[in-house]
Amino acid sequence: MTIPVHKYDVVIVGAGGAGLRAALQVSEAGLKTAVLSKVFPTRSHTVAAQGGVAASLGNVTEDNWHWHMYDTVKGSDWLGDQDAIEFMVKKANEVVVELEHFGMPFDRLDSGKIYQRPFGGHSQNYGEKPVNRSCAAADRTGHAMLHAMYQRNVKANTQFFVEWMALDLIRDEDGDVLGVTAMEMETGEVHIFHAKATIFATGGAGRIYYSSTNAFINTGDGVGMAARAGIPLEDMEFWQFHPTGVAGAGVLITEGVRGEGGILRNASGERFMERYAPNLKDLASRDVVSRSMVTEINEGRGCGPDKDHVLLDITHLSPETIMKRLPGIREISIQFAGVDPIKAPIPVVPTCHYQMGGIPTNYKGQVIVPKGDEKSVPVGGFYAAGECACASVHGANRLGTNSLLDLLVFGKSSGESVVEDLKGNPRAHKPLPANAADVSLARIARLDNQKNGESVHEVRLAMQRTMQKHAGVFRFNDLLKAGVEEIKKVAERAKTTEIKDKSKVWNTARTEALELDNLIEVAKATMISAEARKESRGAHVRDDALDTAETPAGRDDKNWLKHTLWYSEGNRLDYKPVNLQPMSADVESIALAKRTY
Amino acid sequence: MSANTKRTVQFKIYRYDPDKDNAPYMQDITVELEQSDKKLLDALVRLKVKDDSLAFRRSCREGVCGSDAMNVNGKNRLACLTDVDELPQPIVLRPLPGLPVVRDLIVDMTQFFKQYHSIKPYLINNDPPPERERLQSPEEREELNGLYECILCACCSTSCPSFWWNPDKFVGPAGLLAAYRFIADTRDQATNERLDNLEDPYRLFRCHTIMNCVDVCPKGLNPTKAIGKIKEMMVRRAV
Ligand SMILES: Cc1cc2nc3c(=O)[nH]c(=O)nc-3n(C[C@H](O)[C@H](O)[C@H](O)COP(=O)(O)OP(=O)(O)OC[C@H]3O[C@@H](n4cnc5c(N)ncnc54)[C@H](O)[C@@H]3O)c2cc1C
Ligand code: SF4
Ligand code: SF4
Ligand code: FES
Repeated sequence: MTIPVHKYDVVIVGAGGAGLRAALQVSEAGLKTAVLSKVFPTRSHTVAAQGGVAASLGNVTEDNWHWHMYDTVKGSDWLGDQDAIEFMVKKANEVVVELEHFGMPFDRLDSGKIYQRPFGGHSQNYGEKPVNRSCAAADRTGHAMLHAMYQRNVKANTQFFVEWMALDLIRDEDGDVLGVTAMEMETGEVHIFHAKATIFATGGAGRIYYSSTNAFINTGDGVGMAARAGIPLEDMEFWQFHPTGVAGAGVLITEGVRGEGGILRNASGERFMERYAPNLKDLASRDVVSRSMVTEINEGRGCGPDKDHVLLDITHLSPETIMKRLPGIREISIQFAGVDPIKAPIPVVPTCHYQMGGIPTNYKGQVIVPKGDEKSVPVGGFYAAGECACASVHGANRLGTNSLLDLLVFGKSSGESVVEDLKGNPRAHKPLPANAADVSLARIARLDNQKNGESVHEVRLAMQRTMQKHAGVFRFNDLLKAGVEEIKKVAERAKTTEIKDKSKVWNTARTEALELDNLIEVAKATMISAEARKESRGAHVRDDALDTAETPAGRDDKNWLKHTLWYSEGNRLDYKPVNLQPMSADVESIALAKRTY
Repeated sequence: MSANTKRTVQFKIYRYDPDKDNAPYMQDITVELEQSDKKLLDALVRLKVKDDSLAFRRSCREGVCGSDAMNVNGKNRLACLTDVDELPQPIVLRPLPGLPVVRDLIVDMTQFFKQYHSIKPYLINNDPPPERERLQSPEEREELNGLYECILCACCSTSCPSFWWNPDKFVGPAGLLAAYRFIADTRDQATNERLDNLEDPYRLFRCHTIMNCVDVCPKGLNPTKAIGKIKEMMVRRAV
């Protein structure tokens, strides 16, 4: 069988915020670029982002990048790399202003400048009080941003392959990346995209958990493809549970609601965050708020007949504020919680939301792996940005609004690096290995021929329940240990899933089966990395990490101030140091300290 | 409340797989829903457990991505924003009308996006960009409300008779709404060019104010009003 081959300078997989920003950079530089996406670009999950994008514009309250950097490092529980963080916060104003120039309909202040609201963990003067740093378009910031960037790409004539699903990464004997295999969903045909540079911008994998704010399509495809191709995954034990998912439905209620004055209350109506975070209260960092909520629920102060959630109250805000600043939230609340937040509080629970770890990169978006004695050697031709990548700016816990910023900054820098790297090295395409498509074809043939297997639905559900039970908001030594065995069993089951639908045309059963392979890689990486990390840090909190003078709140900097690297082959773990050194002399390293809000 | 119990729901669904079917047919199928299945999309996902060959698009499941528009009991809607218990049964599901069917509930949206692209859906401003953001007053920004929120689901255009008859010539409500979104933006400098682009017996003027589009938009947007404003501007420009 001959496989059609498409030759491009650059292939970008993913057309969410990160992919579209990268695409602009390379298209406008005149490189021949193909952007692949499983869904029409504006259907990517960036569209669901609500609250805003961080930049220290200082339009409402005084602000600067030093404070933003401090908040981000502290939010990351010092696991973030300070060079990448410095790079990101310094670029924030530039990329947000650029977005405005692209046509993004930000809300406005009376001064005509971009509207900014407070957000969790973002502060003035190194933790003193909340700051208005989140640049917002009502509570539809992601939608406004994604559409504006898609539109700009239409202007730039970017070439999209819509509803094409990338299946596997192509690497040659030197380990260089030469593109991907991809399936056209309408025909079921597999093609090769042969490129000098490949950028992954495939988003997160929140669907490894049973309860998630993530879209159906967030199945960690890029992360899974990288892992299968021998690239290690970084810090996959760190998952953010967002404090306010609609109880039962999982749909997100943005932190912007608390930024506008919303208050969390327990069954007795108490504003319990005052006890856990006296300074920032409801606007403390997400991991802190989520744990406080779960503690309230576990100690019997939850709301509702099953005492299984808490309430998010904005009934004290004026209906005008709610209609103007939070119209989407009101819609979601009515649709999915059955309450109008103008009149009654919204039932919420912590819900899996964001993957802090991912494909390891530097601040240029180059994918980096250990090689010999060196810990960070770029992989030829391979770049990653956005939620699928780990730069690492979010460390052990991401601050709200820093992800949309991450997409813009690292989407752009990965594009710039590609332009740079191809200019400095105008090599022709390296020849494709003869077996470039074999792995993908075998995966599809396996599905075509499988008999007596379990359904994809069953295995996926088993995975999601295992993750939810064994690697949730609070983690327990014995549950993690059992979880490792459980998830390995589920991974075995995933090898023999059976689909009934054998059609070539728009076979969504097949797509879901192929996605499951990626989810499984992510789930294994998460469980195994989490079991191994014997401390509490950011979003990873375990029962047996004790609060001592040497290990405040269970954080053990002596032994665990390091990044995890998980390899799919043999479930091997490795570690690399955290970069505590900023990029420039403009700022000193933010010194380790106990994290309180 | 009925939403909180297990219940059986009856469907009549348009099925067509060009790989094996000679012609489309309507499939009768029932499914037992779990307590937590509230939306039509939840029911379809449940159905797919039973019959994995049912093809439909979906992603966000919260009404922002625009993937799962379909014709439900004769009306175009998003499955994820439709309460399943409110629908009379059997629930009749068909692909969006007026576009070629690829398979089952999946239509070919090429024509729809072509029209969207034809209005130059991007900000045109040829001044050198300033150092900081361009200024816009809250009132000027408010002009974009009711326009920028479009999720390109195509519920409107595929319920518009004028679009059915002339999908290649009439821009359709979604595209025209987008055209007005840029005309209404104080930062955009191409109003005249945009009006020229629509000055044509078909592109704009095929709209006969039938209002189907307003009726079905799941985001509560009003393409007819936007179209009216464009027509007004044309008239004003002519005198
Ligand atoms: C409900 C919600 C609200 C949020 N709100 C905020 C917020 O207010 N502020 C903030 O900073 N962050 C927010 N976040 C986080 C942020 O939105 C995401 O981290 C970010 O949008 C991810 O963008 P991305 O470009 O990396 O990926 P995505 O936008 O998820 O895009 C992934 C792209 O990859 C494509 N793709 C994936 N797999 C394949 C494949 N195999 N083949 C081809 N294409 C593929 C998809 O089609 C898609 O185009 C929110 C997240 C959620 C879930
Ligand atoms: S009002 Fe115009 S655009 Fe809307 S449905 Fe009627 S003819 Fe179509
Ligand atoms: S105007 Fe409404 S119905 Fe039409 S595409 Fe946009 S969101 Fe959908
Ligand atoms: S699934 Fe996104 S709009 Fe319904």
